[in-house]
Amino acid sequence: METKKFKYVYDKPEALVDKTTHYCPGCGHGIVHKLLVEVIDELGVREKAIIIAPVGCSVLIYDYMNFDGCEAAHGRAPAVATGLKRVNPDNVVISYQGDGDLLAIGTAEAIHAANRGENFTTIFINNAIYGMTGGQMAPTTMENQVTKTTPTGRDPMDVGYPIRGCELLNTLEAPVFIERCSIYDFKNTLKTKKAIKKGIKNQIEGRGYSFIEVLSTCPTNWGMKPQKAAEWVRDVMEPYYPLGNFRDN
Amino acid sequence: MNKDKDMSNQILMKGNEALAEAAIIAGCRFYFGYPITPQNEVPAYMARRMPEVGGTFLQAESELAAINMVYGAAAAGARVMTSSSSPGISLKQEGISYIAGAELPCVVVNIMRGGPGLGNIAGSQGDYFQSTRGGGNGDYRTIVLTPATVQEMADLAVLAFDLADKYRITVLILGDGFLGQMSEALTLPKPSGNTFEKPWALTGAKGRKPNKVASLRLIPEAALEELNLVLEEKYQKIKKNECLSESYKTEDAEYLLVAYGTSSRICKQAVNELRKEGIKAGLFRLITAWPFPAEALQEASAKAKKILTVEMSLGQMIEDVKLSVKNPERVDFYGRSGGMLPETDEIKRRIKAYGN
Repeated sequence: METKKFKYVYDKPEALVDKTTHYCPGCGHGIVHKLLVEVIDELGVREKAIIIAPVGCSVLIYDYMNFDGCEAAHGRAPAVATGLKRVNPDNVVISYQGDGDLLAIGTAEAIHAANRGENFTTIFINNAIYGMTGGQMAPTTMENQVTKTTPTGRDPMDVGYPIRGCELLNTLEAPVFIERCSIYDFKNTLKTKKAIKKGIKNQIEGRGYSFIEVLSTCPTNWGMKPQKAAEWVRDVMEPYYPLGNFRDN
Repeated sequence: MNKDKDMSNQILMKGNEALAEAAIIAGCRFYFGYPITPQNEVPAYMARRMPEVGGTFLQAESELAAINMVYGAAAAGARVMTSSSSPGISLKQEGISYIAGAELPCVVVNIMRGGPGLGNIAGSQGDYFQSTRGGGNGDYRTIVLTPATVQEMADLAVLAFDLADKYRITVLILGDGFLGQMSEALTLPKPSGNTFEKPWALTGAKGRKPNKVASLRLIPEAALEELNLVLEEKYQKIKKNECLSESYKTEDAEYLLVAYGTSSRICKQAVNELRKEGIKAGLFRLITAWPFPAEALQEASAKAKKILTVEMSLGQMIEDVKLSVKNPERVDFYGRSGGMLPETDEIKRRIKAYGN
């Protein structure tokens, strides 16, 4: 009997640690982590990469990345990235941040690192809620969205409107790449990977600061099933946070 | 510290500038800071000097950002420093706590000013508690060096980088506005020549397992206590090995002054004047505020009838003095706060009153 030869067409990325993540079913973090490690492998920079973990559900991201990792205090990832990158410019530094991290407690650090054109890459996960602390209002929480701290829905007259990160950073001169993507369907997930790849390539080429926002899901804290959560990103978040490229210098 | 009386290499420098130059001599090539009086000469000096030595000066958007840049640079294995003054140091405490948990080496300079709050911009010693008790959240310590002269601002800066690397800890140089602003002659220190391997640094996982720099310890349940016990062991080692102090005319002292930094200079003057009048006064001066040189103080205070603690605060170091000496009922206090200085005459008056 003839033995059939099988060929791997897809294998576990070398940059990914082989372990079960702590993320909830339908959470977007796992997808974005996977895209990131695939890009790291494809660009051959695993031995140069440093992932900066924020405070939030992805605080343990360095446990899943088979390369160097650094924790940052809540909101301070861009400052930590600045320190790391200024010392070793050949490293590939990625700050991975959530919406509370980047647009509430760490707004100053985010804006100023971008404004200096620091040569690192930010992946900004916008899921319109604080996940790890149990579902409080984020700076990106939608108008009328019910959270633990907006029990009757977000009232912009009281706590302001949701902040658009890409548009805010797009007022600055220095960033070379700003794009908003999503992982709510397959097509957009591939676009997200392309954007992450561009952002990290920019860094390798020493071109400056790249910012990739990913509209993501939090079924647990939204109180939705995973499929419904994906649809909510498409139907509720995307109209307010339009997908697309804002800058590609 | 510097007993070298050779005047030929002496130059005149401000305290803040001497400290900055000494940091460069010690191999510091990364400085991140944010302006605040009375330490502004440090960032200004670094902005000019760092490019000359191939280093990096960066003015951060806040003290929070600056200390987290320090955290990043330290994690990358660099010798790195930041400086500020009291209100700015309060902001840096967040980062200092994370640096303690992640066991990173760095040097933080506090040129103290009057507080609380915005206070004023004159020199003060109101941050002793904050400096010696940790300052940020959690079970941790920082080494605290307290220079009293421009020469010591420089000498202790060189020592600070070695201690930081040796123990993977924050070393706080605790000066004050008077010391930072005054100009004195000094001999610039030489590099220590010590080198420290940093296999834990984040440089990319090439040919090794990935390194992780973090203070988070969630699993298993006792993981954080384990880290805290590792830190405690380190702190005990520092207590045993790194206490520094100066005992001035203490051998036969019946009246002992205890002070550090600028207030110790005033005390030294008082001791000299009292001695001229035949009164056996002495001075015990801290050089490390943490670890507190308790044994040396016990020795220096052995014959003292009275111990007068003199501070530019309303009484902070006095708690450590009372915890350290035998018969703590001997300990008395004189302090001025809010940027005011203790006076030699008042110290003398009090010492003489003890004799009556």
